[in-house]
Amino acid sequence: MTIHSQVSANQRGTWLLLFLFVIVVAGVVELFTLVLGGGHVAGIVALVLASLFVVIGYYSGSSMVLGISQAREVKHDENPDLYHIVENLCIGSGLPMPKVYIIEDTAPNAFATGRDPRHAAVAVTRGLLQRLDKLELEGVIAHELSHIKNYDVRLMTLVAVLIGLVALLADFMLRFTWFGSGKRQSNRGRGEGLVGAIILIGALIAVLLAPLSARLIGLAISRGREHLADVSSALLTRYPEGLARALEKIAADKEPLEVANKATAHLYIANPLKGHESWANNLFSTHPPIEDRIRRLRAM
Amino acid sequence: MNPALWVLIAIAAIVVLIALFIWALYNGLVRSRIQVRESWSGIDVQLKRRSSLIPNLVETVKGYAAHEREVFENVTKARAALMSAGDAKSAAEANNQLTGALKTLFAVAENYPQLRATENFMQLQKELSDVEAKIAYARQFYNSNVMSYNTRIQVFPNVLLAGNFGFAPADFFATTETERADIKVSFEKKNQ
Repeated sequence: MTIHSQVSANQRGTWLLLFLFVIVVAGVVELFTLVLGGGHVAGIVALVLASLFVVIGYYSGSSMVLGISQAREVKHDENPDLYHIVENLCIGSGLPMPKVYIIEDTAPNAFATGRDPRHAAVAVTRGLLQRLDKLELEGVIAHELSHIKNYDVRLMTLVAVLIGLVALLADFMLRFTWFGSGKRQSNRGRGEGLVGAIILIGALIAVLLAPLSARLIGLAISRGREHLADVSSALLTRYPEGLARALEKIAADKEPLEVANKATAHLYIANPLKGHESWANNLFSTHPPIEDRIRRLRAM
Repeated sequence: MNPALWVLIAIAAIVVLIALFIWALYNGLVRSRIQVRESWSGIDVQLKRRSSLIPNLVETVKGYAAHEREVFENVTKARAALMSAGDAKSAAEANNQLTGALKTLFAVAENYPQLRATENFMQLQKELSDVEAKIAYARQFYNSNVMSYNTRIQVFPNVLLAGNFGFAPADFFATTETERADIKVSFEKKNQ
């Protein structure tokens, strides 16, 4: 896949994701109220709210993600070395200078976010700065800049924001269902109790499916783009070994990143949720195996 | 319908198709050329920054090694050539010349430990190496744009029209062999 086709695929994917999200959220709410015997008001309200949220997420998703990750912006004078690396690589790839953020955490990792190259940010952890030398850091930053150039960041940031919202919604609906069905049973009698149970099961399925489907969307769209960003990074730095060694160091570190969660994990250069290497986690992993990435970089 | 009319329609369709093709080709070439010019200004900014650091550097070194006349003259001459360079080719030549002159200057500075210890000198040295790194990256971006532009105007069938529309091949920003070798050495040092 070339970078141009990746850009247009990302732009199509973004619109598809936004559209699907609004439809699915409004649909689930509509179904839910229909089963409960309500009108269409809730569905319409959900449609409006979901659309509103999507617009807000599009424009301020990167601030949300940076806020959740407790990233702090750094200016040139605070860390000139880091700043110069970002600046130089931007010159090399023809990108405008993104904002630079540091996360005060000793686990080495990094991510990029934003809605387009003019509104983008690169965040690195303190641990990354402490453990990598200049050439390795350049490899990592070049990888993140490729995500910006390919418009990966727009899609990935939205996915993070939407997964976060779906998790919240599922939580809320679960509470609402238990509360609602309990009230019905006490008010009306046994026949209604059976209906209440069916509603509860239906709602549970919806509640379980919603985050799962969101996760799957995330999974479907983030595989492959890591490899492309690795290749673009090597092309920009002309030194694949730098990124390969950086990935080695990141993989060797077993400390999980405290500020990362399921919604933001796919943004990072390597999976920040370590120590949960179970079957389920493998199934939903958003990152290709790090050994595989290192091998490909070394083969260049 | 009249067969002659069909032929006429077919010819008209072909003419329209060719016109559309030329239209798209022309716009694509213009975009590509703008990209080359834009990335050239990326190099130009850094070259200007580099030349603006030189007078200060020369003054600082002069304070300690005033008798090294020839060295200063060479640096100043190379700087003047760089500032007056109009196109990529002459700018690259002047820049390479400046790199060589600066190398001698820094070699001279090696003999004056007091000079090397001054805050001003260290700061200038740091800024110069930052500018040089930026020039290297700007060159990389510029040259990749030149390559895609030059390829575009030279492949068939574009080559038939590019010349007529005034699209001339752009010059690469070439670097000297010594500079390339330098970059390699610094990589090896880092690796060890």
